Amino acid sequence: MKQSDAYISIRNVNKLFGSFQAISDVSIDIRQGEFFSLLGSSGCGKTTLLRMLAGFEMPTSGEIFIDGQPMSEVPPHRRPVNMVFQSYAIFPHLNVRDNIAYGLRKRKLSRAKRDTMVDEMLELIKLPEYGDRKANQLSGGQRQRIALARALILRPKVLLLDEPLGALDKQLREQMQLELRALQKTVGITFVFVTHDQEEALTLSDRIAVMANGRELQVDTPTRLYERPVNRDVASFIGNMNFFEGKITGISDHRASVDVKGLGHVTTTNFDAKLKPGVDICIAIRPEKLILTENEPRNTGNKARGQMDKAAYLGERSHYYVRLDGISQPVAISAQNRQRAEGAPEEKRPIWISWEDDAFVVLEDG
Amino acid sequence: MSSQSYIRRPNRPLQVYAAIFLIVLYVPVLFLPLFSFNDSIYVKFPLTGFTTQWYVELFHREPVWAALMNSVRVGVTTSIIATGFGVFAAKAIIRYRIPGRGPLVGFIMLPLVVPGIIFGVALLVLLSQLGVPLSLYTVTIGHVIVCLPFAIATMIPRFEGFDPSVEEASADLGENAWWTFWRVTFPIVFPGILASLLLTFTVSFDEFIMAFFLSGSDPTLPMYIWGQLRFPKEFPSILAMASIILLVSFIVVFIGQWINRDAQATTLANEEDK
Ligand SMILES: Nc1ncnc2c1ncn2[C@@H]1O[C@H](COP(=O)(O)OP(=O)(O)OP(=O)(O)O)[C@@H](O)[C@H]1O
Ligand SMILES: [Mg+2]
Repeated sequence: MKQSDAYISIRNVNKLFGSFQAISDVSIDIRQGEFFSLLGSSGCGKTTLLRMLAGFEMPTSGEIFIDGQPMSEVPPHRRPVNMVFQSYAIFPHLNVRDNIAYGLRKRKLSRAKRDTMVDEMLELIKLPEYGDRKANQLSGGQRQRIALARALILRPKVLLLDEPLGALDKQLREQMQLELRALQKTVGITFVFVTHDQEEALTLSDRIAVMANGRELQVDTPTRLYERPVNRDVASFIGNMNFFEGKITGISDHRASVDVKGLGHVTTTNFDAKLKPGVDICIAIRPEKLILTENEPRNTGNKARGQMDKAAYLGERSHYYVRLDGISQPVAISAQNRQRAEGAPEEKRPIWISWEDDAFVVLEDG
Repeated sequence: MSSQSYIRRPNRPLQVYAAIFLIVLYVPVLFLPLFSFNDSIYVKFPLTGFTTQWYVELFHREPVWAALMNSVRVGVTTSIIATGFGVFAAKAIIRYRIPGRGPLVGFIMLPLVVPGIIFGVALLVLLSQLGVPLSLYTVTIGHVIVCLPFAIATMIPRFEGFDPSVEEASADLGENAWWTFWRVTFPIVFPGILASLLLTFTVSFDEFIMAFFLSGSDPTLPMYIWGQLRFPKEFPSILAMASIILLVSFIVVFIGQWINRDAQATTLANEEDK
């Protein structure tokens, strides 16, 4: 991405707490109007990074630019960003209206103007009747929406959301996901959204940064993250993946030929152009991209023989585990149950697996 | 097994102990109002008759009023200063990762356990070295030291009970530290501030040792009472005064606790949220 379309630019940021390195050399660019997610397991530094954007933590080194301005000297109350806290942080001594209007004091608006703005916000978050409630008379989902309204009323350039849906039950969570996404499209504000739920990140985001141990592993669109993960960590963090060892035997016409242990010869265009023939690599395929058949598939070379190991019936789909010669780990296959299932397939039965061209991805690390 | 849990089931010896404890604690105190209505200048049984004359006499004595006003002035000033310090000290103790926080808190709480006489003498020596004349101001200084632990101990649960991200949210919504304090921190800890004001006022109001060492020619009320104990004739009206002080202190402390009653509850609720 060119420096110029980045609205938020995180440049080589490090953060140490004492001697503990919470963020290591992170560089991320976020565009204006984008729904951007930070995804990673617990403790990987998502909150720390978000708090640095808001100004509550200072980078130990590196710089954050927002709208071209370096932020190192700018205190939280002067930054063009607002945050929705993981704990919501609703003001307990104020009612809902006063919570939402909190940030308007400096705008010097007339009372009537302020009231209409608050009313609009209450309407937007679908809580028009709740203006006079105290914070302790609200459910988790309602608090979350008030925290959102309190930030949105200021029309920030960027909204930072720290696992805003973490405390909600599944149903409310899914409903709020849809509402958040619709809201973001209507107000056109850049969202930086923290989550450890990969499904949530995939459905909501324009782009996602996958993080682990204080580093960004890959910054990409949901489809690219799923289809072309750069390394094993990303591949196994998002969805399921079968990994194989292999060696590149030849590259021609943007297509790599790989000799894969247990599968034989595989070709794919999904590889890093820097790789040269002769190197040992890791190659991977998603379980749903493998096709299971009783008989040897005709007119394709992309196939291998195996033995049924285990099967799990999950209603709409089944998971199968197949043993291949030469590798100890069984291969996972996920198939939709298009036809009526006829009991479990018997173990040890010989079967065939096959795949389409380009279903495999060559990963960075060997 | 009965339906009551092991911890909750009635415990006879403990109940007896509690009853004896309360009797030993409060019966001597109850003698004060009892004898203050007794129609005799001698404090001894049997009671001779009911009278309110000691209260009336008290009312007409000029020096009593002067001493009372001195105590009120010292108490009000002390409670404001001690509570002011207490708010910021408690905030610092709870909010910031201070190295050596444990010893520091212990040090601040020291006046609770160090005998007042030591602080009194120490301050007296210091003040006379500095050439500061003894007055109600020096008494106030002594009282602030005595009251500070009470103020801090009252404020700490208030600060423990509230989520620091609320203050961050205020900064995030555009308010600087000053406005954040007045719009968020202060209203949330306000019940604790009231409770601390009331508590430190009562502590200052009946503090004797510091006042004994540090007061000049203007006595505080406890000093005045001490002075009057030499005259047996005055004793019943001292009892009357003590009874009034007892009643007022009790009411004030009770109000303070009642205002601050949700501090503990909020702390618990926040624990559950985590
Ligand atoms: N103030 C702090 N002092 C010391 N260590 C900290 C501090 N804040 C965070 N850390 C550490 O930094 C690491 C990253 O923390 P962070 O809160 O950013 O994780 P996270 O990705 O948000 O996790 P979660 O999903 O659990 O919220 C953790 O190992 C944490 O222990
Ligand atoms: Mg977090």
